[in-house]
Amino acid sequence: MNVNTLLILLLAFCPAMALSQGFAGLGTRAEGFAVPERGTPLTFPADHGAHPDYRIEWWYLTANLRDQDGVEYGIQWTLFRSALEPVERAGWSSPQLWMGHAALTTPEQHFVAERLARGGIGQAGVTAAPFAAWIDNWRMEGPDINTLSLTAGGSDFAYDLQLRADGPFVLHGDRGYSVKSASGQASYYYSQPAYEISGVLTTPDGPVTVTGNGWLDREWSSQPLASDQTGWDWFSLSFDSGDRLMAFQLRDSGDGYSSGTWIGADGTVTPLAPGAFDAQVLEQTEVNGHAIPTGWSLSLPAQDLDVSVRALNPDSWMETSFPYWEGPVRISGSHSGRGYLEMTGYDRE
Amino acid sequence: MRAALQAWLSYWRRQPVQLLLLVLGLAMATGLWSAVQAINAEARANYAKALEQTGSGVLDVLIPAQGTIPVDRYVALRRAGWKLAPVLEGRWRLRNDSYTLIGVDLLNHPVLPALTDAAMAEGTSPLAALTPPGRLFADPALRDELAGLPDIPPVTWSDSVPAGTILTDIAVAERLLQKSGEISRLLILPDQPQNLAPLQQLAPGLIRQSPADSGASTRLTDSFHLNLTAFGLLSFAVGLFIVHATVGLAFEQRRGLVRTLRALGLPLHHLILLAAGELLLLALTAGALGLVFGYLVAAALLPDVAATLRGLYGAPVEGGLTLRPTWFASGLGMAILGTTVAGSQALWNLTRLPLLSAPGQHSWSVRNEQAYRWMAVVGAALIGAGILAVVIFDGLIAGFVLTGGLMLGTALTLPAGLSLLLDLGARRARSVTAQWVWADTKAQLPGLSLALMALLLALATNVGVGTMVSSFRLTFLGWMDQRLSADVYVTARTDSQGAEMARWFDEQNITALPIRWSETAVNGTPVRIYGVVDDELYRDNWPILSAQDKVWDKVMSGQAVLVNEQLARRDGLGPGSALQLTAGWELPVAGVYSDYGNPNGQAIVALPALLERHPDIPFRQFGLRLDPQKVPDVLRQLRGRFDLPARALVDQAGIKARSLEIFDKTFVVTGALNILTLGVACFAILTSLLTIWRQRQPQLAPVWALGMTRARLAQLELLRSALLAALTALFALPLGLVIAWVLLSVINVEAFGWQLPMFLFPLDWLRLFVLTLLAALIAAAWPARKLSRTEPADLLRVFVNER
Repeated sequence: MNVNTLLILLLAFCPAMALSQGFAGLGTRAEGFAVPERGTPLTFPADHGAHPDYRIEWWYLTANLRDQDGVEYGIQWTLFRSALEPVERAGWSSPQLWMGHAALTTPEQHFVAERLARGGIGQAGVTAAPFAAWIDNWRMEGPDINTLSLTAGGSDFAYDLQLRADGPFVLHGDRGYSVKSASGQASYYYSQPAYEISGVLTTPDGPVTVTGNGWLDREWSSQPLASDQTGWDWFSLSFDSGDRLMAFQLRDSGDGYSSGTWIGADGTVTPLAPGAFDAQVLEQTEVNGHAIPTGWSLSLPAQDLDVSVRALNPDSWMETSFPYWEGPVRISGSHSGRGYLEMTGYDRE
Repeated sequence: MRAALQAWLSYWRRQPVQLLLLVLGLAMATGLWSAVQAINAEARANYAKALEQTGSGVLDVLIPAQGTIPVDRYVALRRAGWKLAPVLEGRWRLRNDSYTLIGVDLLNHPVLPALTDAAMAEGTSPLAALTPPGRLFADPALRDELAGLPDIPPVTWSDSVPAGTILTDIAVAERLLQKSGEISRLLILPDQPQNLAPLQQLAPGLIRQSPADSGASTRLTDSFHLNLTAFGLLSFAVGLFIVHATVGLAFEQRRGLVRTLRALGLPLHHLILLAAGELLLLALTAGALGLVFGYLVAAALLPDVAATLRGLYGAPVEGGLTLRPTWFASGLGMAILGTTVAGSQALWNLTRLPLLSAPGQHSWSVRNEQAYRWMAVVGAALIGAGILAVVIFDGLIAGFVLTGGLMLGTALTLPAGLSLLLDLGARRARSVTAQWVWADTKAQLPGLSLALMALLLALATNVGVGTMVSSFRLTFLGWMDQRLSADVYVTARTDSQGAEMARWFDEQNITALPIRWSETAVNGTPVRIYGVVDDELYRDNWPILSAQDKVWDKVMSGQAVLVNEQLARRDGLGPGSALQLTAGWELPVAGVYSDYGNPNGQAIVALPALLERHPDIPFRQFGLRLDPQKVPDVLRQLRGRFDLPARALVDQAGIKARSLEIFDKTFVVTGALNILTLGVACFAILTSLLTIWRQRQPQLAPVWALGMTRARLAQLELLRSALLAALTALFALPLGLVIAWVLLSVINVEAFGWQLPMFLFPLDWLRLFVLTLLAALIAAAWPARKLSRTEPADLLRVFVNER
């Protein structure tokens, strides 16, 4: 175990890391940090930027892509911010820590890279307007958040993509106030689920020109999870009908907590009541020594949805400081389409 | 079989002293070897730890050509995609001394065992290292230094931190070192992304260094360890002579027993098994004893070794000793290997022993004449090879090859040389007794030659290392007298206090020479540029090695620079060549001065010239020129006027004493090893004499029968031993001097970057000569006493048994 792993175990960095309840209890107490409050309106573009007074925050972009031969790909670009104190200071003594995760998934391969930095020296950060989020040479930037260029890479892969969105932002929960447990833990959470994407992926086999769709999640909080929650399964699904679904379930010792948002093809946004949708494991894959549910059956009776969700590449294991599973999925059943699935906490179960 | 075993081992019951000698000899050999190994392993483990902790052991690093790297430059490189880890390193002054403080970016640095271990053990959160006030991870030896200091972060003590070092996050380090926004070096991390712009293009001012070529200090310490290892091997070889002799003796004396056992029907392979088992048992017992002995020696010497390495080379070594499993294995392995080597001849002889016939006593003298000639030829070849190595190759290893070739070669020619000398002596002898003594001495030569070779090596090492050490010390003393010529050295707390002090010195009419310097790098290695003001002190006392005319005029006018010998040798500089000090500042070199004990380059320029380029250098240190009688008075006034810590005022005598103390510790180690090696050699002679004792009886009995008393025989025995030792010493002296020359003029230059003049110390030689004679007499005393006490009946029996 290296120092970074240790650090990150304690940092409650990303959704996955927020689950490290047993280590420091960071997920449950706010200790001087600001706490999301119901009814606070989100303001743009200011809220696209960082909120250093909140403990954790992320800019989380996933995309389903396809090359000219119809081969499917997925990419992930994530910038996490985790604050040790609710302030920002210049220089090395900045308490704001940043972590980037980048991944590229093909039907056969899965490439991962990770970057760490601290605020205060300019190595990583986010500005709202013009929009720029970066860590090292990984960048998501553009004149505004609807027009972005996106780059990242590791020692064996890279991508360079152009993103364009026209639709409005989707505010989850109650106008962006998203409840994460029955006991009231919550976060601010909004998405841009409708980026049109084109660009180039580079794998060891060479460059590939691709096009597709992307989904950006923005979320920040100071106490996202309840202490007995052990992991979560998160779906962002784009159906061929033009409808979209964001759905998550937080697993705990009891029935768990689930919620989500139905985004109609016409742009109407319908928050899902807790327990409104049902997710059952269809198949499991042994990944890195852990049984990971890489096939799911998802039903949402209110929207006549009954689909199977299967991983494009079941080996989409994010072997980062804090490992989790994240990868593109295919949807079949009452609706068809593409999407992304993130699952955390299975390596401890 | 059991009876055979009892009979075989009963020998030792009858000869407890011999058993003791054998075990002691092997134990000493193993012990010295193990001691050196333990010291080396400990020191190396310390370096390894240091390298591991800083990541500089395996990774390439980027260092600034000059000064430090600004954080912005680091961020720019990161944002260009390069995965780098910044390190800020500096000396952190505490109460009594300054220590290495290393600050790393905990998020990006390679694994730091100190931190993970400590976090695991203490259950402290690594986050504590990142959040104010931060956390220090320190060598437990610094406990006293750090205890109770105000304004320092909490400390976690960890054995994983290199000796004398404190690790922390870079944010804490820049605060404690007052180096905000500065980075000393960047580690280039593995697994870089594809298609990055090359570093030369992104950061032309930074120099990429591989671990192989970083660290002159590695070279220095390597040479020190090579020295120690050579000593260790030498001791072991000398020890093996002892074992060889004793095992030979034990087998020799059991010939009768062997004949009896074989005659009684014991199969030869059983006998061999018995003998081999016995040797193994002895090796293990003695090996274990040797390990204890080695541990004690190492534990006693290590603090001095550590002090030497720290003081002289700046290499971090702890004074404490850790037991390593490999060390046990190596020690026991060497004991078994040594016993095998030393005992194989005896075992071989055992297999060849004719069942019934008595061993012959003749003709080996003739056979050995021939062997001598061959050994001499091989020896000469070795010497030649050593010389050739230095002629063809450069470097430390060539120097050591020369030393090794000389020593081994001379050792091999020793028997032939001694034989020649003894022949000469015999020809000169007039009385019959004298003739017999010469001839008999020569007859003993084969049995003693191994021991004498050991003595030769021990003596030559003693002379060689002793000459080097003393030359070193003498030169150093002279140099210190020149170099530390001011009477009092003062260090102010801050620059403003420094300025205030300067004003006060002016008021008091005290000549105060500011000592100000700027750290920079020339060709990628650190160089300290001193700015000096014009003063007779420099003009009269500075230890210049070579210089142009009017060197000080040129330097003081800002038109030239003086460099130390290390920098001159490293960069091939000399009077007249040009040196680029910083970007755009090039000066001709006006001269070279000696600067012993400093591994780094150094340059001297006129202070105004330095201030013009580096106006921000500290203004805190002064050398005061005072009438010696006024020193206490001025010290008192300074303490009263300025709020100064005790260490801020140092009088010259104190500095000299402290420097000398550090320096002398280097030689405590070599001195101790010298004495021990000589002791082992003396022991080798003793056991050899005992071994041939049995063979001696048939040779002495006729002389006794001719009327020479036993007391007289014993006296002659002593004389003979002394004669051989003296003759060996005659060989050893020139060899030792040549070795000293090699050490001073070849190895020193390669290892340290400075050459030393060689001084001769005839009195030391005389002392050593007397010591050698004494050792030889002591070694012969017991056999001689035994001889004088031999029952006439025993001597008579020689005639009965043999003829």
